[in-house]
Amino acid sequence: MEKQLAGLDISVDNEGYLTDLSQWTREVAEEIAEEEGIEMTDQHWKVIEYIQDSFRNQESLSMRSLGKRGPVSIKDLYALFPDGPLKKASKIAGIPKPASCV
Amino acid sequence: MRRLLILGAGTAGTMMANHLRPKLDSQEWIISVVDQEETHYYQPGFLFLPFGMYKPKQLKKPIKKFIPKGVELITQRIDRIDPASDSVSLKKGESLSYDVLVIATGSQIAPQEVEGMLGPGWRKDVFDFYTFDGAKALRDKLESWAGGELVVHISEMPIKCPVAPLEFIFLADSFFQEKGIRNKVNLTFVTPLSGAFTKPTATEKLGHLLEEKQIRQVTDFAIERVDNEHKEIVDYGGRKVKYDLLVTVPPNMGDEAIARSGIGDDLNFVPTNNATLQTTIKDNIFAIGDATNVPASKAGSVAHFESEILTENILRFIKGEPLQEEFDGHANCFLETGNGKALLIDFNYTHEPVEGTFPFPGVGPLKLLEESRINHYGKLAFRWIYWNILLKGRPIPFVSASMDERGKHFK
Repeated sequence: MEKQLAGLDISVDNEGYLTDLSQWTREVAEEIAEEEGIEMTDQHWKVIEYIQDSFRNQESLSMRSLGKRGPVSIKDLYALFPDGPLKKASKIAGIPKPASCV
Repeated sequence: MRRLLILGAGTAGTMMANHLRPKLDSQEWIISVVDQEETHYYQPGFLFLPFGMYKPKQLKKPIKKFIPKGVELITQRIDRIDPASDSVSLKKGESLSYDVLVIATGSQIAPQEVEGMLGPGWRKDVFDFYTFDGAKALRDKLESWAGGELVVHISEMPIKCPVAPLEFIFLADSFFQEKGIRNKVNLTFVTPLSGAFTKPTATEKLGHLLEEKQIRQVTDFAIERVDNEHKEIVDYGGRKVKYDLLVTVPPNMGDEAIARSGIGDDLNFVPTNNATLQTTIKDNIFAIGDATNVPASKAGSVAHFESEILTENILRFIKGEPLQEEFDGHANCFLETGNGKALLIDFNYTHEPVEGTFPFPGVGPLKLLEESRINHYGKLAFRWIYWNILLKGRPIPFVSASMDERGKHFK
């Protein structure tokens, strides 16, 4: 389905995750963040860039891998993206909902 | 002579030895299996042991009993795999060279990964049931436990047999009813997932069952630590759940030999092609069962389906033919729901568990995603099937490696 974000028609799934990362812009991200009640700071952007890079390199993302190699600690991730950081950060980053899988 | 080397004599490794021995010319191929253990455990039985439904001795047999004639069993610890020289070194210093390697080293619990899990409460009021010793210790605890807050908890995904924690809490509900102390026990299910299970339709069904049985759910809980002093588990967001008895599933990780070899992911699972089961490490290295990183359930049924496909692919590899991409992630599990009933789920990479009949489309006799007594007897009968059919690499009648889409109610 389509959703208006930052004045653009963006294709999203039924939970609001972008289905095409190429449609992502910083403005789109900011609008999703606002819906999630998050105000973006430099720290937030660092996390977003990191998970976009991981996604492009087809690395699997988990709380464990983020805490181990990501730009901030797991504790900080929770402070930045309360209640389910991986899901919220993925939504803002324009990548699919992480499959916590099997 | 050439050598096919299998690392691990658990469910997957044993099945591979049994499949491959009759198919590889014994004048030409040595098959060796390495495992540090001497006992093969029937792991699905660990779920029933704490409730006294199985006796410990029903769950163990010698590994060598299941390794076929003509296969060399080496009881030693593996030190590391060296893909560059096509060899595996053992702890005692010996080195085994191979032409084809099958990694079947499984997964195990890693309670040390969570702060405080191995603290003073470990096996006093904090238990696992994913090990033989843990399940036995929990049985002793439950025998005399008078009631209170029982918390069943999953640390992080993926875990071996992802339905087992749910089954445990369903069985606990029946167990306390029969003991006449259900009114003295509060049951709480704590999961890092957003619901009872990983797949939507089953989550809905199982969520209802939890409600019916008055089991509280705490979802999206990413554990940071176990607080032994206050008897609480604490998540990274600061949420706390109190327990009197904590039954936890610690993080599950691949074997440390995988880490020592530098070939695994963050959890020591081996990067493996979802469909062919060839690893991405090197062409002549294959992986099967819990040891892989493929997005299928870590379960014996999955290893069984994989073993048929992997056997064919190894034979093709040896002949220099292209591998067939066949594995579809097929899993098939009985799920105990308590009070002598069980439900059955059947799913793969692309299809989530749905309602329907099994194994004969439209006939059954087993019903998918629906509680029944016959499903429960199916689960109990499985122990016999495991020792006598499955490990020996014989096909299970009417159940194919790829999922049958007939007789199922897909949405």
